[in-house]
Amino acid sequence: MQNAKSPYTFKNGLKDGLPIGLGYLSVSFAFGVQASMLGIPLLLSVFTSMTNLTSAGQLAGITVMTSAGTLVSLILTMMLTQLVINARYFLMSVSLTQKVDESFTISKRILCSFAVTDEIFAVAMSKPKAIGTRYFYGLALLPYVCWALGTLLGAVAGNILPSEIKEALGIALYAMFIAIIVPPSMKKLGVLITVLLSAGISCAFTFIPVINQLDTGIVVVISALVSAILMAIFFPVKQESDEDNDTVLEEKSEVENG
Amino acid sequence: MDNLHLFILILVMAGITFLIRMIPFVFVRKKIKSRFINSILYYMPYAVLSAMTFPAIFLFSENIIAATVGTVVAVVMAMTKRSLIIVAVCACVSMLATQYLMLLF
Repeated sequence: MQNAKSPYTFKNGLKDGLPIGLGYLSVSFAFGVQASMLGIPLLLSVFTSMTNLTSAGQLAGITVMTSAGTLVSLILTMMLTQLVINARYFLMSVSLTQKVDESFTISKRILCSFAVTDEIFAVAMSKPKAIGTRYFYGLALLPYVCWALGTLLGAVAGNILPSEIKEALGIALYAMFIAIIVPPSMKKLGVLITVLLSAGISCAFTFIPVINQLDTGIVVVISALVSAILMAIFFPVKQESDEDNDTVLEEKSEVENG
Repeated sequence: MDNLHLFILILVMAGITFLIRMIPFVFVRKKIKSRFINSILYYMPYAVLSAMTFPAIFLFSENIIAATVGTVVAVVMAMTKRSLIIVAVCACVSMLATQYLMLLF
């Protein structure tokens, strides 16, 4: 499929990326604090943000990094956790292929795919016309810089603040996750059931003796997979016609953050 | 876990995350038609965030009572559809206030 050449400039992209970047500052700040509390060195926290650019994946990642086990077992856990937690990007990248013009050559697709986040995807898909690489570079630049900068500030803050304040800041990332899952849960029964089911399974694997031996990362994988598969069987989402597809994806992309 | 091991794990994490984003963008030419797969991908983010939040939000701090207060505040604020940052700040402030109040008694 070939879309007409994009009318949007690099500057258009920068402008659309600014609000995303400001949001990322606070989320990555919370991530930086969390990483420092887990004992990850400051530079490695920033390096994580610069190479990953994803909030839930990074939080799960640093949890895996700081759990016990051999390097090989941790690598396997890491691969599995990231596969499940970041699975949604697969769908976003598929949708994005329908939205780009011919300036997206193979090598530029490889480069740009790195910056497919929930928000960048949502904004790109919301443009009425096709998007080109110049626009995409502009769109991704400020969120990327802010994501790294916020992590740096959070990691510094986590190292110098008194322990009470650090503990309180530790709840920020979880509170943001709550802010993401609660509003759609109030609107859609299927989402509410998913959230309760997944939390229930996760709690069971944390508190019930015998099965509470698993690592946090694996528990997240099991809870998310089991509940999403059960929901797909018993509450499949409506198949939208091609015309409606974009709005559905936009709504879905509100789901997450980094 | 030394820094070299952490570094390797970060690269593994980055590699997997990149491949998930890159492979479909470069190779997929059609939309996914399977209703089952689309449903799984639709529910997955909510399921992931929920499992990551519960019960971790109660257990990450040594002060379970303060963490619970912060959680309740976050849920209530989220129900009124406040922005991410407002929900996060209110949760932090209420948790901090609870910690200091508990020191008084």
